[in-house]
Amino acid sequence: MPISVYIPSPFRRLTANREYVSVEGTSIAEVLDALDTQYPGFANLVYDREHKVPTHINIYLNNQEIHDLQGTATSVRDGDQVAVIPALAGGADGGAGSVRGNGAAPPSNALTPDEVMRYSRHIIMGQVGPQGQRKLRNAKVLVIGAGGLGGPVALYLALAGVGTIGIVEFDVVDLSNLQRQILHQTADIGRPKLQSAKEKLQAHNPHVQVVEHKMPITSDNAMAIIPNYDIVVNGADNFATRYLVNDAAYLAGKTLVDGAILLFDGQATVYEPGRGCYRCLYPAPPPPGLVPSCAEAGVLGAITGIVGSIQATEVFKQILGIGEPLVNRLLLIDALSMEFRTMKIRRDPKCPLCGDEPTLTELIDYDAFCGSPPLEVPIATEA
Amino acid sequence: MAVKVHVTSVIQKAVDGQREFDSDGATVAELLSNIDRQYPGFAEQIMGTDGVLHRFVNIYLNDEDVRFLGGQDTPLSDGDTVSILPALAGGAR
Repeated sequence: MPISVYIPSPFRRLTANREYVSVEGTSIAEVLDALDTQYPGFANLVYDREHKVPTHINIYLNNQEIHDLQGTATSVRDGDQVAVIPALAGGADGGAGSVRGNGAAPPSNALTPDEVMRYSRHIIMGQVGPQGQRKLRNAKVLVIGAGGLGGPVALYLALAGVGTIGIVEFDVVDLSNLQRQILHQTADIGRPKLQSAKEKLQAHNPHVQVVEHKMPITSDNAMAIIPNYDIVVNGADNFATRYLVNDAAYLAGKTLVDGAILLFDGQATVYEPGRGCYRCLYPAPPPPGLVPSCAEAGVLGAITGIVGSIQATEVFKQILGIGEPLVNRLLLIDALSMEFRTMKIRRDPKCPLCGDEPTLTELIDYDAFCGSPPLEVPIATEA
Repeated sequence: MAVKVHVTSVIQKAVDGQREFDSDGATVAELLSNIDRQYPGFAEQIMGTDGVLHRFVNIYLNDEDVRFLGGQDTPLSDGDTVSILPALAGGAR
């Protein structure tokens, strides 16, 4: 009876890089033997010297770890799926490998077998591993807005298992949002975006906690909200909120992952405190009306997905501490020419917020700063 | 100096809908006034009547912000790319 076996990437050198292979067998032990016959050397990877499966390797039959079944004696049937998942950095600190044991509760920070399976495509990457996955689970990320940018950002963070996602949003779903805002559906029209977003995120991944901040972010509440999170993601639709979130994130010492869209254009960058900020890039906002909003000028729906995915990727890198962050670089995306360019962003020594002699040491009145009506007033335009 | 000029969507309407075009100038300031001659009304999109660039508009010479070079006096060379980027705010709603 043919059994489909998932081969993790570190073992694929034996299977000519095949991710799934099919072998015959009536038990897990027979499947493993058949794998070794077909791909000599396989047994050395999944058995230790006593011919036991070492604790750093989990074997799943469908979605259950075989230790919870009958170990390698577990019988398999036609059409079953077996997955071999090594814990790349598991062990005593609660890695995926330590989840096993005779029904003993796993350490509280260990990944459950369900999590190991759910996140296996991340975990098998050396840059993530079970430790990285636990960092994601322990991370707290605040997303400003649950619309065009906040939607894809929050969605990819939830799918990746970022444990706590806070969302600041006070708007309700409008028919004109549905052209681009992936968390909201036709049946959600008229419902609070926050409620709609939370439902969708938890349907995608019930392990994720979604914290609701049903209010506009203001100078009065920003410093009560932002310090509770590790990273802030900006998907705001107006300049007043952009300057407010920039200042509050800097004053709270948090990294800000910024993105903006209009027409066929997108921008993204990351501000790490002390390495430049939005005020270094744009010292002052345009007067109201000079730079149009998305509602006035339009925006390509798919560009929100591009920029939101880039923002989610930067959050992921920040949490895991991998790669080169998009710091001191402004990424410009032109969807019509499909050109991606980067410009340098420098910390401005004269910046009133993060410069050498800062004059902005607390939040100000951003509506006055931007010459815009206060946020509490219903806003006629939508980005 | 013959340079390539890139503009983002917002400014395109001032330059006949182009995203990229050729112009020239020995400095950034000269380039901007030449562009305004090519496309009358361009300057008012990015600067005040006093000729001072709006603070929400950045100009890049290749990938460097000219504020950190010589501002509008920054000299240009043949083949340079100048990008004009106003701030964008779109996102949530």
